[in-house]
Amino acid sequence: MEQKDRIEEISERHGRPPVMAPGHTFATITDKISSIVLTRPVSLGWLMGVGFVALWTFILLFAVSYLFYQGVGIWGVNVPVGWGFAITNFVWWVGIGHAGTLISAILLLLRQSWRNSINRFAEAMTLFAVACAGLFPILHLGRPWLAYWLFPYPNTMNVWPQFRSPLVWDVFAVSTYFTISLLFWFQGLIPDLATLRDRAVNRYARTIYGFMAMGWRGSARHWKRYHTAYLLLAGLATPLVLSVHTVVSFDFTIAIVPGWHSTIFPPYFVAGAIYSGFAMVLILAIPIRYFYGLEDFVTMRHLENSGMIMLATGLIVAYGYIMEPFMAWFGGNKYDMYQFWDRAHGPYWWVFLALISMNVVIPQVLWIGKLRRSPFWLFVISLDVLIGMWIERVVIVVVSLHRDFLTSSWGMYYPTKWDWFTFLGTIGFFFLCMLLFLRVLPMISIFELRELLPEAEVKVEP
Amino acid sequence: MSLVPLYGLLAEFDNPTDLLLAARKAHDEGYRKMDGYSPFPVEGLAEAIGFERDRMPLVVLVGGLLGCVGGYLMQWWISADSYPLNVGGRPYHSWPAFFVVTFEVTVLCAGLSALFGMLGLNGLPMPYHPLFHVPRFEFASRDRFFLCIEASDPRFDVLETRRFLEGLGGHGISEVPY
Repeated sequence: MEQKDRIEEISERHGRPPVMAPGHTFATITDKISSIVLTRPVSLGWLMGVGFVALWTFILLFAVSYLFYQGVGIWGVNVPVGWGFAITNFVWWVGIGHAGTLISAILLLLRQSWRNSINRFAEAMTLFAVACAGLFPILHLGRPWLAYWLFPYPNTMNVWPQFRSPLVWDVFAVSTYFTISLLFWFQGLIPDLATLRDRAVNRYARTIYGFMAMGWRGSARHWKRYHTAYLLLAGLATPLVLSVHTVVSFDFTIAIVPGWHSTIFPPYFVAGAIYSGFAMVLILAIPIRYFYGLEDFVTMRHLENSGMIMLATGLIVAYGYIMEPFMAWFGGNKYDMYQFWDRAHGPYWWVFLALISMNVVIPQVLWIGKLRRSPFWLFVISLDVLIGMWIERVVIVVVSLHRDFLTSSWGMYYPTKWDWFTFLGTIGFFFLCMLLFLRVLPMISIFELRELLPEAEVKVEP
Repeated sequence: MSLVPLYGLLAEFDNPTDLLLAARKAHDEGYRKMDGYSPFPVEGLAEAIGFERDRMPLVVLVGGLLGCVGGYLMQWWISADSYPLNVGGRPYHSWPAFFVVTFEVTVLCAGLSALFGMLGLNGLPMPYHPLFHVPRFEFASRDRFFLCIEASDPRFDVLETRRFLEGLGGHGISEVPY
């Protein structure tokens, strides 16, 4: 009986669904995941999905082309609301990426083995979300073709970036974040690419995966260095993921605008990022496990854990919402106090109402275990949280800017159809990238799932 | 025996425990030039084949330190020396403001040295390797475990090593040609 499934034993003890359905071996895990990429025929559903999101992506191309032709005047940005939807969307997309790094790095260091079946596509989600995010500040520059001026490079103009500006910090934070996420993702893929190389029957597939696997052969020496490098990368990514949204929040807090100039922003931004990120993980995981029959690997346990993380981070965000007006009142600054009065009673009161109901009130139903264990309701709540977190950024960017110190410089912000096209277009682009990823790379980390099996345990004294 | 020069002898095992035990016995027998192959990292296997010096932490530390010092010096040189700019009356060398970029460049350089250091020390990319000649070896990335004793080991002898590997319970012992 000592051979008894370790995973089952633990989950039985807690009365919770297992991390992996029983009955799997190294071979069945390998074959099941690699067959999705190698042998599963291209289905009509996938083709239609790709066709649909590709058309959707055209909305983005259309909006961006017209933007290049005409300039940022086509957007609703004005004085005083200079940042508008562009920065709202940037913050929203970067935030979504955070869950991927949390799952891949922080949960790895915390030895949360359930992460092993969702880290791969969550990391892919991070990469695509950060790619969508990076688009917005560049488009918002007005002269996007000069975006490289943000990097310090020797130039004939003899000018350099201004390193006291949070906007320059942001360039470094987001580009480092993207690079490290890519490295981590690629390193995790190397052994799986070798598996695909060895399993592929098609000569082209074998060549391409073989090229990307770089001759990986699973040597003990290689694994040793690989493991060390993987842990070190996780250790580096852990402070990094906390720092990215902190730096994003510095874009706001370093300014003196009422509603922005607050020390609670960094932790509350990071919690909000993980909140929306796990919502996106669920939005992706629930259909993927259903359509690709991966209920064995992405079990109810994963969905429920993600729901609980959403609930916890959502409460941190709610705490932030309470502390912001409290500090404004406690600080006695009349501009700050007016800002929070304006949020609830000003012309954007309905946006604030939507924010509180979608981000604070509705997600409380996650306390009910029955809803937390229902994929349908988790999907609905995740959608609600994603929209709620987007609205939060609208409140921070638009509502804070529209009325600051001088009544003479108050104004209103009205998004144009081009604002909406650009924003919605990036969602199409994101799903296009995800759908292509599902077909060409293993969406679940094969070698890390093998490690979860009881057979993987070495049964001798060290 | 074959006329093709030999890379080594490859024995196949069913599970990580058998492979680890075999590797330990081979090491006790005096073999040094050998390697184990598995579809996932097997705890203790690298130590069992006598691999002690994992220099990855050092590589990453050096990368991180270079990034840290380089990132800070870059900002100091740009802001205080090459292009001094008065921003809100702050000193040219305003070190607290330089923390963020220093941190980011540190993580970036350490991360790059982790991946590329791992690949470099492992000798990857290596498109050709004699082991890929063995048809069964493709299962090393699926569910089989292998131990290869290399011909360059001074104690290596085709017949004796084969007998030794058979005695370890390894099955499907195959010669690996160059």
